[in-house]
Amino acid sequence: MTSLVLALKQEPDQRLDLSPLVPHLLAGKSEAEIAAIELQTTKHKVTVGDAFTLKPGDASSIRFEGGSARLDNIGLDLKSGEIVVEGACGLYVGRAMSAGTILVTGDCGPFAGSAMSGGKLEIKGDAGDLLAAPQDGEMEGMTGGLLVVRGSAGARAGDRLRRGTIVIEGAAGDHAGSRMIAGTLIVLGTAGALPGTLMRRGTILLGSHTPLAPTFVTCGRNGFGSFSALFARLLRPTSEAAAAAFSRPLERFAGDMAALGKGEILLPA
Amino acid sequence: MQPMICNGVRIDESFAEAFPMRGTALLITAPNERWARQAATTMTGFATSVIGCGVEAGIDADVPADQTPDGRPGVRVLLFAMSSDGLQSQLVNRLGQCVLTSPGSAVFSGLDSPDRLPIGDMIRYFGDGWQVSKKFLDRHFWRVPVMDGEFLCEATTGLTKGAVGGGNLLVMGADWEKTMIATQAAVDAMNAMPDAILPFPGGIVRSGSKVGAKYKTMIASTNDAYCPTLRGAVKTALDPDIGCVLEIVIDGLTEKSVADSMRAGIAAIADLGPDKGAKRIGAGNYGGKLGPFHFHLKDLLP
Repeated sequence: MTSLVLALKQEPDQRLDLSPLVPHLLAGKSEAEIAAIELQTTKHKVTVGDAFTLKPGDASSIRFEGGSARLDNIGLDLKSGEIVVEGACGLYVGRAMSAGTILVTGDCGPFAGSAMSGGKLEIKGDAGDLLAAPQDGEMEGMTGGLLVVRGSAGARAGDRLRRGTIVIEGAAGDHAGSRMIAGTLIVLGTAGALPGTLMRRGTILLGSHTPLAPTFVTCGRNGFGSFSALFARLLRPTSEAAAAAFSRPLERFAGDMAALGKGEILLPA
Repeated sequence: MQPMICNGVRIDESFAEAFPMRGTALLITAPNERWARQAATTMTGFATSVIGCGVEAGIDADVPADQTPDGRPGVRVLLFAMSSDGLQSQLVNRLGQCVLTSPGSAVFSGLDSPDRLPIGDMIRYFGDGWQVSKKFLDRHFWRVPVMDGEFLCEATTGLTKGAVGGGNLLVMGADWEKTMIATQAAVDAMNAMPDAILPFPGGIVRSGSKVGAKYKTMIASTNDAYCPTLRGAVKTALDPDIGCVLEIVIDGLTEKSVADSMRAGIAAIADLGPDKGAKRIGAGNYGGKLGPFHFHLKDLLP
C-alpha cells in the first residue's frame, strides 16, 4: 500500500487547519479534489495544493513530510487508518480520534490527543500543555485509547482523563493528572508541582519521587502485585520504561482527599 | 460381526452420542502453583454432571507463568452447562465463593469469543464502592480490595455456544485393577489434550447410567447392561471375560477437541494391550436420536 504523501513546501505564513485531511474525509477523492481543499484560518485562502506537494496514494495512510508548529488539527476525529507526521505539528493533533494510529516524529503543541476516545497516538518529541485534556466547556478529557509521549509534556497532562492510558517517558509539567476522573497516567521522568490535583479516581504512576499534596495519604506498599504485573506486561510492547516502572516495588497514595479520594498515585517504594 | 481389534483390544462398532452445550473458560493465577491449583480445584469441585451440579467443570491445563497476563503461575478451567443463563449463574457463584476467597488469586478471560459472560463486572460489587476499574485498550479489569491485597478480575470472559458435552469411552477389563490401570492411562493422555475436560472424579465415572428407571422419580438409573454382577440376570452387554467397566466422560469447547481427546484415550488404552490393561473399549449412546454429535470409535482409532 502506498501512502498518500503531503510534502510541506515551506513554513506556512498563517496557521493552517488540517482537519479535512483524514482518511474518512479523503476516501474516494481525486488528487485534484484533494489539492483544492481549503486549509486557511485567516481571510487569505490557502489550499492543500498551495501548501503541500501531493504524491497520490491510498488515503487510508497519510504521510506529512515536513512539519510545522503551525499545522493544527492533524488527525482530528480520526476514525481509521494511519497518519504519520515527519516533523512537528501544532495544536490539537489527534483530538477526538476514536480509532486508527497517529505518529508524530517531532514535537507537538497543546491539546494533543484532546478528548481522544480510542486508537493510538504517539509523539516522539515533546508535547505542549494540556495533553489529552478537554476543550473549554467539555466535561471529559481522553476517554480511551493509548497516548505515548517519548519526550516531555507540559502542564496539566491528562487533565480530566476519564479512561485510557497515557505514557509520558520524559518529564511532566505542573499538575499532571489534574481533575482526573479515572484512567491511567504514567510519568517516567520528573513530575512538576502537585500531581493529581483534585483527581477523583484513576491511577498516576510516577517514575521518580515527587512531593505530593497533603491530601494524598499513604496506603502502604503491599497487595496490588497482580495489577502492577499485569500492566507491566500490557505496556511492554509500547514502552519498556513504563513496563520497568510497574515492575518495581511501589507505594500507593490514595487521593485527592480534597475531591472524591478514590484515585491513587503510585511512587517507587 | 467380528469386532475391530487394536493391539489385541476389542473396539466396539459403536459411537459416543454427545450434546451441544454452552462452554466458557477462565485463567486463574496465583503467587505460586499450589494456590493457583487450589483455587481451580475448589472452583471445579462438585461439578461432575449438569443434572445434579448445574455445571460440568474441570481443569484444562496448568499455564506456565510466562504465558499468563500477570506473569504468575496459572491454571485454565473450563465450565459447561446446558444454557447460557445456567452457565452464567454457576460461573459467578463459583467465582465468588471459590476463587475470590482463595488467597492471592486473580482471574482472566480464558477464551476469546465475541459472546461474553460478565465475571469481574459482577464480582466488583464485593468491593462496596472501593473497587477500581482499569481499562487497557480493549481489555477491562476490576481491582477489588480484599484482606490480602487486591483481587484482580477481568470484566468478562468468552462464551462459546459450540461446546460439546457427553463424549465418552467405556473401558472394559478383566478385573477392577487392570481396568483401572487402562482407564488411568487414558485419563492421563486425555488430560494432556487442550480445550477438553473430564468432569468426573479423577476423570472416571464408575456408575454409568441409562435413561429412566422403574421408579417414576428417577430420570436416570444404573446401567444394568454393563454391571458385571447382573450379567446373568439382565440383557447384558458384557462378554464372559469382562469383570469391570469404567467410563470416561469428555466435555470440550469444540467437537474437534472432544474427538481428539477420545482419540488420545483410545490410543493409550490400546497401547497397554489386553493383558496389562483393558480387553475392550465401548461407547455410550441412546440410539443416535437424542444427541447431534456422534463420535464413532472406528473413526478415532490410533
